[in-house]
Amino acid sequence: MTETRKTTYREALNEGLREALQQDERVFLMGEDVGHYGGCFAVSKGLLEEFGPERIRDTPLSESTFTGAGIGAALGGMRPIVEIMTVNFSLLALDQIMNNAATYLHMSGGLFNVPLVIRMATGGGKQLAAQHSHSLEGWYAHIPGIKVLCPATMEDARGMLWPALLDPDPVLIFEPAVLYPMEGTLPEKPTPVAIEGAKVLHQGKDLSLISYGSSLHKSLAAAEQLAGEGIAAEVIDLRCLRPLDDTTIIGSVSKTHRALIVDEGWRSGSLSAEISARIMEQAFYQLDAPVERVCSAEVPMPYAKHLEEAALPQVETIVATARRMLNG
Amino acid sequence: MSKQLTDLEHDLALLRQMLRIRRFEEKSAELYSAMKIRGFLHLYIGEEAVAVGVAEALGAEDAVVATYREHGHAMVRGMSMRAIMAEMYGKLDGCCRGRGGSMHLFGVKERLYGGNAIVGGGLPVAVGLALADKLQGNNRVTCCCFGEGAVAEGEFHESMNLAALWNLPVLFACENNLYAMGTALELSESVTNLTEKTAGYGVPSAAVDGMDVVAVEAAAKQAVATIRQSGGPYFLESRTYRFRAHSMFDPELYRSKDEVEQWKQRCPIENLKTQLQQQGWLDDAKWAALEKEVADEVADAVAFAEQSDWEPVEELTRFVYSDREG
Amino acid sequence: MADFCMPSLGADMTSGLLVAWRVEAGDKVEHGQIIAEIETAKGLFEVEVFEDGVVEQLLIEPGEDQIPVGTPLAKIVADGDVVTKPDAAAEPEGRQKVSPVARRRAAELGVDLTQLKGSGADGVIQLADVEAVAGAAESPAKAAPTARKITPSAEGMRQAIAAAMSRSNSEIPHYYLATEIDMSRAQQFLAEQNKQRSIKERLLPVVLPLKAVAVALQKVPQLNGYYVDGQLQQREQVNIGFTVSLRNGGLLTPALQGVEQMSIDQLMAALNDLIGRTRAGKLRGSELTSAGITVTSLGDLGVQSVFGVIYPPQVALIGLGKIVERAWAENGALSARPVLSATLAADHRASDGLLGAKFLDAFGRALQQPEAL
Repeated sequence: MTETRKTTYREALNEGLREALQQDERVFLMGEDVGHYGGCFAVSKGLLEEFGPERIRDTPLSESTFTGAGIGAALGGMRPIVEIMTVNFSLLALDQIMNNAATYLHMSGGLFNVPLVIRMATGGGKQLAAQHSHSLEGWYAHIPGIKVLCPATMEDARGMLWPALLDPDPVLIFEPAVLYPMEGTLPEKPTPVAIEGAKVLHQGKDLSLISYGSSLHKSLAAAEQLAGEGIAAEVIDLRCLRPLDDTTIIGSVSKTHRALIVDEGWRSGSLSAEISARIMEQAFYQLDAPVERVCSAEVPMPYAKHLEEAALPQVETIVATARRMLNG
Repeated sequence: MSKQLTDLEHDLALLRQMLRIRRFEEKSAELYSAMKIRGFLHLYIGEEAVAVGVAEALGAEDAVVATYREHGHAMVRGMSMRAIMAEMYGKLDGCCRGRGGSMHLFGVKERLYGGNAIVGGGLPVAVGLALADKLQGNNRVTCCCFGEGAVAEGEFHESMNLAALWNLPVLFACENNLYAMGTALELSESVTNLTEKTAGYGVPSAAVDGMDVVAVEAAAKQAVATIRQSGGPYFLESRTYRFRAHSMFDPELYRSKDEVEQWKQRCPIENLKTQLQQQGWLDDAKWAALEKEVADEVADAVAFAEQSDWEPVEELTRFVYSDREG
Repeated sequence: MADFCMPSLGADMTSGLLVAWRVEAGDKVEHGQIIAEIETAKGLFEVEVFEDGVVEQLLIEPGEDQIPVGTPLAKIVADGDVVTKPDAAAEPEGRQKVSPVARRRAAELGVDLTQLKGSGADGVIQLADVEAVAGAAESPAKAAPTARKITPSAEGMRQAIAAAMSRSNSEIPHYYLATEIDMSRAQQFLAEQNKQRSIKERLLPVVLPLKAVAVALQKVPQLNGYYVDGQLQQREQVNIGFTVSLRNGGLLTPALQGVEQMSIDQLMAALNDLIGRTRAGKLRGSELTSAGITVTSLGDLGVQSVFGVIYPPQVALIGLGKIVERAWAENGALSARPVLSATLAADHRASDGLLGAKFLDAFGRALQQPEAL
């Protein structure tokens, strides 16, 4: 039996970073407050002391330029990890991500690939209001040329970084901020993790709950509650938002004939809309009920706790929607 | 002041490079009108002395990040006219297999990292390339060419700051042709003397007559020497002028014909040619031979592009991800 | 009101040719009545209607065009509801709500959705509603009117078989079991029976194994059914698909329906009828879709053992070889006995070797008591 120990999502990410920095000298981390401060969310705590300022680089508040510098360093033979404090700030670097990182390989006819990893916090649930709480990973999943990951489990939090660094192309890793303090166990010895494919975390025959990130944990809680009512929900952790794992999604829906997508992004023009469309395209004749979605309310994230809770997907909403889909 | 024979030979080589760019682009304009080249076509005519002069200061190991007005930069980095012309034709033998076009020329052996068509977008990439060199202990310089319009972008200031902060070997080669598309410098900058801007970041700078290739070369060599010595960045402004419109579809409402004519009097090619003739180094026969050689090379590039194949449409989705390479 | 649609007569049928109507607008029809002739890659079928009513309108003329499965061919209305002059202004009360998977499954099973009440929200008909009535929808065959004879092309049939078998091989994880069965008691029983019968009434040797399959299936019902959408749907009725070779070289496996209810004599009569109609190209649609298991007997051709490919969505195939005399040891004594090699090819998603072994054992035992069959 493998030995396991208790840890947190935050520490798991920290371990992943440490292991990557130990394994490859070309790897370095740069971003706002990653060094002396220890990371805005303390993910990179202790790394400056261990690896020094050349490899743990505090940057000025210049998202566009330090992201672009990450692209240049990747082109120049390094394996940079760029940390952007939150997804809302990443919009200042969107030009570099979209116009450079995602296009270089194609634009150059295959001459220049960009082996860059960009990490950032995403999502609400911490009362950080309308400029620090959004879930914009679905926007990034729109862009060909990059891969988009969202670790929701301890294993993925620790394990996704290394294969992302081995990937020859830009990989964006979204860390749901609300998960940082989440507790869990990890095997003592790191196990290799793939950065492709969804995972069925809970088997069921009555309906598929398709989710990722912090919504995954709400979906798992909902599945447990539904089980008590005799409804067997299957829960899928998408893990990789681009490319999407159609096989797992369609396979599950073909078994359960009902799909409920739980996504903290807004529903209009969203990842959940994309998944829904794919189900229509590939599994329409497997459906026993319309595909449904539980998403964030279409408002900028409000500050007040009760309003934020009302805006975000919640276990009760998931359970009620699932129940309605099955029982009418 | 009389020059040594080797200097004169060198000047003739500079003249030849500028002439290659000039004639290549004149042909490009013609082919654009004939619809052989499409998309945007930004010509460098009038500004040739900048790319040619700066390139003289760089070695093969150094990197260049350029803009969408980069045919000349690709050529001075050693890319063949064939590869550039075929790229503009959108053909398979183009340097980017027809996926980049005029605005996106890339080359591995030339260490040419674009062809960047977002104004200012190449600056952070250049900073990153220099960072990689510094971290790996490479004694190399990254030269980032950009127009004066990019100075208004936040990325210019961020990049200037970061390169200075981290002491990175970047040559910021500003090609000041006075107009950002059609907006004159005095309409977009509170301080039009660009070299003043870099002082605030602690980046050494110089301005040079961008219509004089010999002067540009000297200034660029001075700049690169400074960079190699300090390890940090340098800002070099070449004051130049484009003789033709911003792109092919530009009626030039923003500047007078007189102004253009005045600048044309300072044509870098004519001036160097006259100098060499006056010094007795260039006679009519020699000039005609040079023109012939360049014309042949251009004709060969066009013939090559004409007969090159198209990328099969089945290959459309290649080069989106490396792991799907054929 | 219901549409009579181009039926799906097999998993590999996507379209068919409407060859002839057997009814006209205004004719009364009843459940099970043959109302059309459809030609497919597998041959000409007489197709029955699944409701009582009146043909209000024939929507499609017989012709040369391939018509996709599910295309409405005629409108059937309840007797008394005939609208002589269709009123374009009168909209139906809204489309019946049927989930996509339920609609698809209903087409596969030939279930008439208009007769169903849905259990979903707003009365939506769902998969479970269709499958609940699927078994009941199959009625015994009625006397078949004579049909125009069309010989299906051997090439078309070969393609259809190829498609179904390729699908089977790629989708179904097959496992195979084989056993040898002492047939001395069965043969003795057969000889005694046939002594008392006229030539016309004589029993063919295959009839006993067929009946024994039905008996064994009742003990191991997991092998009688369909594997659809990752789940086994068991059948109550034993409908045995029996492989019949055609004179042009093709194969068909029409179903003997309700074998568990039949006496040996009834089964023999049904078998004779089925083989005759198969070779004459006069099968009914339901006879091609209702089999839950297939029996392939190639003993007549001298084949020793048959290892078959399952016909999807069925989950098992019984292969019968030639009965040969073998040295047989029983209770310490050696004697020559007629021995049948029987095999089972089964879908590992729906059953396992243990169940398969149980089935073969029950099959063998049933043949030791032929008088009880």
